[in-house]
Amino acid sequence: MCLGIPGRIIKIDDPREKLATADIGGVKRQVNIACIVDEAHPMESCVGAWVLVHVGFAMSRINEAEAAETLKILVDLGEAQAEIAAMRLSAAQ
Amino acid sequence: MKYVDEFRDSEKARILAAEIAALTARMAIPPRRPLHIMEVCGGHTHSIFRYGIEQMLPKEIELIHGPGCPVCVLPMGRVDDCISIAERPGVIFATFGDAMRVPGSRKTLLQAKAGGADVRMVYSPMDALTLARNNPARQVVFFGLGFETTMPSTALTILQAEAEGITNFFIFCNHITIVPTLRAILESPELQLDGFIGPGHVSMVIGTTPYDFIAADYAKPVVVAGFEPLDILQSIWMVLKQIAEGRVEIENQYARVVATNGNAAALAAVARVYELRDFFEWRGLGSIDHSGVKLRDSYAAYDAEKKFIVPNIKIEDPKACQCGEVLKGQIKPWQCGVFGTSCTPESPLGALMVSSEGACAAHYQYGGARQPVEMR
Repeated sequence: MCLGIPGRIIKIDDPREKLATADIGGVKRQVNIACIVDEAHPMESCVGAWVLVHVGFAMSRINEAEAAETLKILVDLGEAQAEIAAMRLSAAQ
Repeated sequence: MKYVDEFRDSEKARILAAEIAALTARMAIPPRRPLHIMEVCGGHTHSIFRYGIEQMLPKEIELIHGPGCPVCVLPMGRVDDCISIAERPGVIFATFGDAMRVPGSRKTLLQAKAGGADVRMVYSPMDALTLARNNPARQVVFFGLGFETTMPSTALTILQAEAEGITNFFIFCNHITIVPTLRAILESPELQLDGFIGPGHVSMVIGTTPYDFIAADYAKPVVVAGFEPLDILQSIWMVLKQIAEGRVEIENQYARVVATNGNAAALAAVARVYELRDFFEWRGLGSIDHSGVKLRDSYAAYDAEKKFIVPNIKIEDPKACQCGEVLKGQIKPWQCGVFGTSCTPESPLGALMVSSEGACAAHYQYGGARQPVEMR
């Protein structure tokens, strides 16, 4: 109930009631999009957006740039570790 | 699945575990006083057990599993109240599945259903509203449960019922709020915490600024975290870095979902529909001031507590049950006298064994896992 699941909005069903269909891991389900629509994000902009769905409500758009940034930090960490390991190896020789 | 698989990469998990180990070694933490980091949210507890995260950490770091599973902190008396409403003639009682097997003093909602009460499991409060729409002669009561994560969905459903003029739909409001709960934990003399893994989906709604007092007044670091194994490992590493560098900040590891100011539309719906209760009773933690919400008087027509007579009797937990001590992190799940013997997921004594987000059920299910599972 508290765990959200990522889904993609595929069409607006009812603009007045703010209802849309989301594809959630291959399952299509109607979701309420009231929490992801505002002046900066009009109804039409929802289609194609990745959102986090909780108990039938799209509660947040998933920010693609932030997701990439988080993963990049991990890639950088891995590269730094590899570098240090290489330095150690080199010093030992 | 997109935004899930990328955060389960076992190679990156190994990299993070190595960083955590190296940082811990540099910090020279005395083994008799390990660092205590509390994950507040039950969703995090579940992931930690499922992916064997504790096994990936050095022994100088101990995770304390906090009280953030709304099902687990439901006192028995509240479950009795649900059953009392559900057993009324004409009522359809709609609830999330998680709450079906929580023991009341005499039975669970599932047992009440077997005894003839019309209890329906729903995925969404909107599904409960559909039940009301389709059964105009019945009174449909939705069991509103959860922290700020699910509070807006209940509020928006009430607003929808109002817009449609539906009059046979009611909420039994048991929503709880995170900040007073965190304050109670921070004020608890038994708990010696060094930092927090902050709740991801509560923060998606309220943002990260409501936690500023934890850094400012209590000098504890907080890192708001996502729910995949890499999210949790990275957040532990970020908490450690703060401690190692002498910083105390509110950081956000879950920026792909959590904005600093939260979700304005969700907060507006919450503010419109609810007000704080003077106090709310928690299983194991007792009464915490202002930790629950109720419907505002302007929405009294949708309030099950106003529509029905709710017994609201306080019931003590079974003596053998040590949920309270586990909730406060004083003992580990397996140190409870009834863990895995008279209390199992099939026949739970305490609420922590019921929900998959409860520390006991998670430990029972995954406790033996020595290796991270289901990572790529």
